[in-house]
Amino acid sequence: MRMKSLERYTDSPDFEYATSGHRACQGCAEILALRLGLKVFGKDTIVAMATGCMEIISTPLPTTSWRLPWIHVAFENTAAVASGIESGIGILMDKGKIARKDISVVAIAGDGGTSDIGLQALSGAMERGHNFTYICVDNEAYMNTGIQRSSSTPFGAMTTTSPPGKKSIGQATQKKNMPKIAVAHNIPYVATACPSYPFDFLAKIKKAKLAKGPAYIHVLSVCPTGWRIPSDQAIHYGRLAVRTGIFPLYEVENGKYRITYSPEPLRPVSEYIKGQGRFRHLTDDLITRIQEQVNRDWQDLKSHSEMK
Amino acid sequence: MSTKKGIEVSIAAAEAAKLARVEVIAAYPITPQTHIVEHLSEIVANGELDAAYVNVESEHSAMSACVGASATGARTFTSTSAQGMELMHEILFIASAMRFPIVMAAVNRALSSPLSIWGDHSDIMAARDTGWIMLFCENGQEVVDSIILAFKIAEDRRVLLPVMVNLDGFSLSHVIEPIEFPAQEDVDRFLPPYEALYTLHPDKPITMGAYGMPELYTEAKYAQEMALRNSKAVVKEVLDEFSTEFGRKYSIVETYNIEKADTVFMALGSINENIKTAIDNLKEEGKELGLVAPRLFRPFPAAELYDVLKDKKKIVVLERAMPAGATNGPLFNEIASLAVTHGLNAQLENFILGLGGRDVEPEELMETYEQVSSSTKVSHSDNKNYGVIGVRS
Repeated sequence: MRMKSLERYTDSPDFEYATSGHRACQGCAEILALRLGLKVFGKDTIVAMATGCMEIISTPLPTTSWRLPWIHVAFENTAAVASGIESGIGILMDKGKIARKDISVVAIAGDGGTSDIGLQALSGAMERGHNFTYICVDNEAYMNTGIQRSSSTPFGAMTTTSPPGKKSIGQATQKKNMPKIAVAHNIPYVATACPSYPFDFLAKIKKAKLAKGPAYIHVLSVCPTGWRIPSDQAIHYGRLAVRTGIFPLYEVENGKYRITYSPEPLRPVSEYIKGQGRFRHLTDDLITRIQEQVNRDWQDLKSHSEMK
Repeated sequence: MSTKKGIEVSIAAAEAAKLARVEVIAAYPITPQTHIVEHLSEIVANGELDAAYVNVESEHSAMSACVGASATGARTFTSTSAQGMELMHEILFIASAMRFPIVMAAVNRALSSPLSIWGDHSDIMAARDTGWIMLFCENGQEVVDSIILAFKIAEDRRVLLPVMVNLDGFSLSHVIEPIEFPAQEDVDRFLPPYEALYTLHPDKPITMGAYGMPELYTEAKYAQEMALRNSKAVVKEVLDEFSTEFGRKYSIVETYNIEKADTVFMALGSINENIKTAIDNLKEEGKELGLVAPRLFRPFPAAELYDVLKDKKKIVVLERAMPAGATNGPLFNEIASLAVTHGLNAQLENFILGLGGRDVEPEELMETYEQVSSSTKVSHSDNKNYGVIGVRS
């Protein structure tokens, strides 16, 4: 893939830091996001990655898909590992043991590794103010272990542990608002993004890279396998998530909200929901309920953004 | 010039980490480890040590940050106790398997519940099979010396494994002892800066922590196990080198009064000082009791223990951790295994004692000696394999 405009964001747009030959599912938007995002970070980058899809598709010993220094330690501790890396290279530069230069430390985890099991480590790392970027690639369930619900699974979605049934509508809780939690840590940069909008995404990665202190980017990563959609529809559903207002694209720079792409007038959420197998059991009543929630959340986001 | 002073052992442990010029410290406070990390914070805050102190939000993150820091090539130190060690348990395995030479002062404490902040070995015995090299200390001087030499062992290219320096909570960590501190320049000569074999750095991108498919996992674990087993020779070498440099001689198995004694006690940690007092008291009564104290617990010094135990008639293993349904306590099980594999022809006895900070007086130990001396079967019976000293049942 050669995108001329990539050159605005990266010195070597053709160089792949996430190489081909990995074992990601067809149509995986997560590996697409990382492939693009890592081009912006460039070669002076160290990646810490949580256990999850991106880890298991990329590094069966003795092979690797990463052309960057990369480490995987465990599931819940990626932000803590990144804290150690940032502290380690910092002190080694201070002591003159390694040459001083800007090295980006990037922590990457899925929605389970971020909003559930890794939340404490992430909160600690953001509070301590480490100079690093945390990317949550959110495919809205534990896809690696076979589509179990996380706190980032949207209301109504069917997963293997939130199955619809006589006494269940599927996921009965609202998606945890991770970006808002990140914002509450008063860090310099927070953003949402989706690889269906690559240049919006890349611009945000660039800001995160340049931020002094913690940056958090929450990337909606469409998962054809887990969402039960055709594998050639990942980009399409990412766009629909944004255009319906279900997943708005915005950034929060030093506390100031800015919507980076306005989808108004919002498309009805049914356009997003209808084609996805994970929502196929939803009644019109429930879809209306989701629509009302999206309307409220969108107004809420707009009111924050207008405060600037 | 070395200096000798009366100092709290925890403070001395922090000073030892400073002498080792640690570069990253990631720690979370837990009693009775707190004085170590408090003093290290102070040392870093005062600019006396060029190090990054990461105030992590849990012990799980402490060990995780240590792994990240060590992966960059920084000399890395932490300390914990009890619940904290259990919380970082998962990452202890990963630190050793990924071959990071982290050093941890483990201030041994009882595990909850009931909640107890006081000392015993239930924490370290629950973590004994995490692949770390494990040293046990009897007194403050050993703590200081062990922290310094632990880095030398850990960072040896033939080893590259993390090392835990165990010291008993309160009964050792909080006592004031006269301790000799080696001079910085001598420590620098003994322990040069850490040069990591592989690091996370953009100049040479490598992948760390790949996963193992069934066709490779066994080989990976075998390689790690061999490294741990082979580290024993390096531990011995480093102890000898330490003795040449600083004059204090340590061995991986310490003994006391074993020449004439047919009966020996075996235990880990500071309780050995009480056992020595009991031995001295018994000697005045014309009775001979010996002590065999492994300073190195992992890798287990089986051959060295066999050498000192092979002629003994009665071997009494004292441990500060409940067997939790096992046949016997963990140290006894090692000795029982040794008896079978190497052939010890001795009466083996096992006692649990000193749990949750319960004091163990030399008199109780002398009484245990008398019981064992006058019987061929004390702690074993049809329905139990060990005795619990001082328990009100």
